[in-house]
Amino acid sequence: MPTGATIEFAGLTKRFGRVTAVDDLTFTVRPGRVTGFLGPNGAGKTTTLRMLLGLERSSAGTATFDGVRYRRLRRPLEASSFHPGRSARDHLRVYAQAARVPARRVAAVLATVGLSDYADRRVGGYSIGMRQRLGLAFALLGDPGVLVLDEPINGLDPEGIRWIRQFLRRLAAEGRTVLVSSHLLSEVQRSVDEVVVISRGRLVYQGDVAGIGGGSARVVADSPTRQRLAQALGDARLAFEAGPDGFLVSGPGADAAAVGHAAFTAGVELSQLRTEAGGIEEAFIDLVGEGGL
Amino acid sequence: MGFIAGLRAEFTKVFTTRLWWVLALVMIVYLGALTGGLGTLFAGLQTGAIRASAGHVPRFGDLAPPLYSFATSIGYVFPILFGALLTAGEWRHQTITPTFLANPHRYTVLWAKIWSAVVFGAAYGAVAVATSAAGTVAALQHFGVDTELHDAATWHLFARAVLAMALWGFVGVGLGVLVPNQAAVIVTVLAFTQFVEPLLRLASAFSSETANAAKFLPGAASDALVGASFLDLQNNAEGTIVVAQLDGQYGGLMLVIYGAAVTVIGCLTTWRRDVS
Repeated sequence: MPTGATIEFAGLTKRFGRVTAVDDLTFTVRPGRVTGFLGPNGAGKTTTLRMLLGLERSSAGTATFDGVRYRRLRRPLEASSFHPGRSARDHLRVYAQAARVPARRVAAVLATVGLSDYADRRVGGYSIGMRQRLGLAFALLGDPGVLVLDEPINGLDPEGIRWIRQFLRRLAAEGRTVLVSSHLLSEVQRSVDEVVVISRGRLVYQGDVAGIGGGSARVVADSPTRQRLAQALGDARLAFEAGPDGFLVSGPGADAAAVGHAAFTAGVELSQLRTEAGGIEEAFIDLVGEGGL
Repeated sequence: MGFIAGLRAEFTKVFTTRLWWVLALVMIVYLGALTGGLGTLFAGLQTGAIRASAGHVPRFGDLAPPLYSFATSIGYVFPILFGALLTAGEWRHQTITPTFLANPHRYTVLWAKIWSAVVFGAAYGAVAVATSAAGTVAALQHFGVDTELHDAATWHLFARAVLAMALWGFVGVGLGVLVPNQAAVIVTVLAFTQFVEPLLRLASAFSSETANAAKFLPGAASDALVGASFLDLQNNAEGTIVVAQLDGQYGGLMLVIYGAAVTVIGCLTTWRRDVS
């Protein structure tokens, strides 16, 4: 089993003329977990990953795997494009040869991503989900300890998203380093252990998903007798405001248990009580700035 | 080591898409029709079987070598296109990304492409020679004109034609690196080989100064290497034009120089650029 490597971005910068697409990025991606690499379209995610993979030159700084550049690794480890006239099996055969990966890996990775039955069809006729799977198979060819995937969830249906989520989890559990980019927090929110957020080429956040919201998860509570619920919440010193389908309770100590307790002690009937994660998405938008998503 | 792996990968790339045999098929039809058709015409005129309207029987001289040389003087466009698509096609389908992910050593990748284009160029050359020979022999034998197949010089010409086609494959890879836009490189190759160069060579043939410059044109260098050209037919018939030619080995050298020049310029510009 390959062991994961620590990916290290150190002062990575990319300038196109007078535009700075990636600005002095420094962060670390650790093995054994799935790390989401987030930011709005045009934030510099793809450019950053392409510099990591040696497809683009950096203007300054480095991106390395355990201190080693991509060209000296077991490769490949990223998904990418296909020739539409070539079958999936042939596509993988070509690059297994180029990367000096044993030919038997081709059948193995096809089975891993569940494409064995379609492997001899031309890729031109593949659905988006099948293309994403083939991309993953390509990335897994060399059985790398590191996986870097640019928008692997883009365009997938719910079933596909669930599949890839479990798949990435399993790879991370095996000790690999998994770095996955996305422009939608909600897309990867349940798939990742940690997120790195960039905006306009700069690092704006690194940490766990919940940290983005800064504890701002909200509780939605409603009652047939709203007046009395408002009274009870006020007595319990919980901050709240009126929302479209009940009261939105937020701030310190605002969890579903506290709201339920306040209602119970005041003898107020609740018709609704749930925790809403929507606060995170809003916090994310605040984080990356306006016009992001 | 990466080179051998790269060479294998390039061969697999070629054989897993349809381009190689489509190009070969078009080449066979094109060369077969031209050598058969023009062979019939010239042999018919020369033997008097076909009456020229001017009343006299035109003399083209030795018919067989120039007709055999159609393999390269007309067929050279195929290994160029093949070589050019080996590189430009990668940008067209963005397969340059997996190619560089699988092997980030870009010059090793290019070196493998050059050698596979040389090998495939030679293979196209062998097919082109066989096709031209078949068309020519069929036409000449019909009129009882000497096919010169018993002559060792003819077989030497065949061998040099295969070598020329291999070198054209190299030139093609270089052109594809220099002009990575697939549509642009196809148009450039077709325009230059089918119109610009033939017209330049014809136009230059009326004075010895221009003819001396024109002998360095790539197509002229190729004909020099092969040792025969379709222009010979015209030369012999008219007797008024000047065809200057390099020595055979210098013709081959010129092709290598052309290939190296476009490859080096391409390397310094597009091959190193960011893949995005």
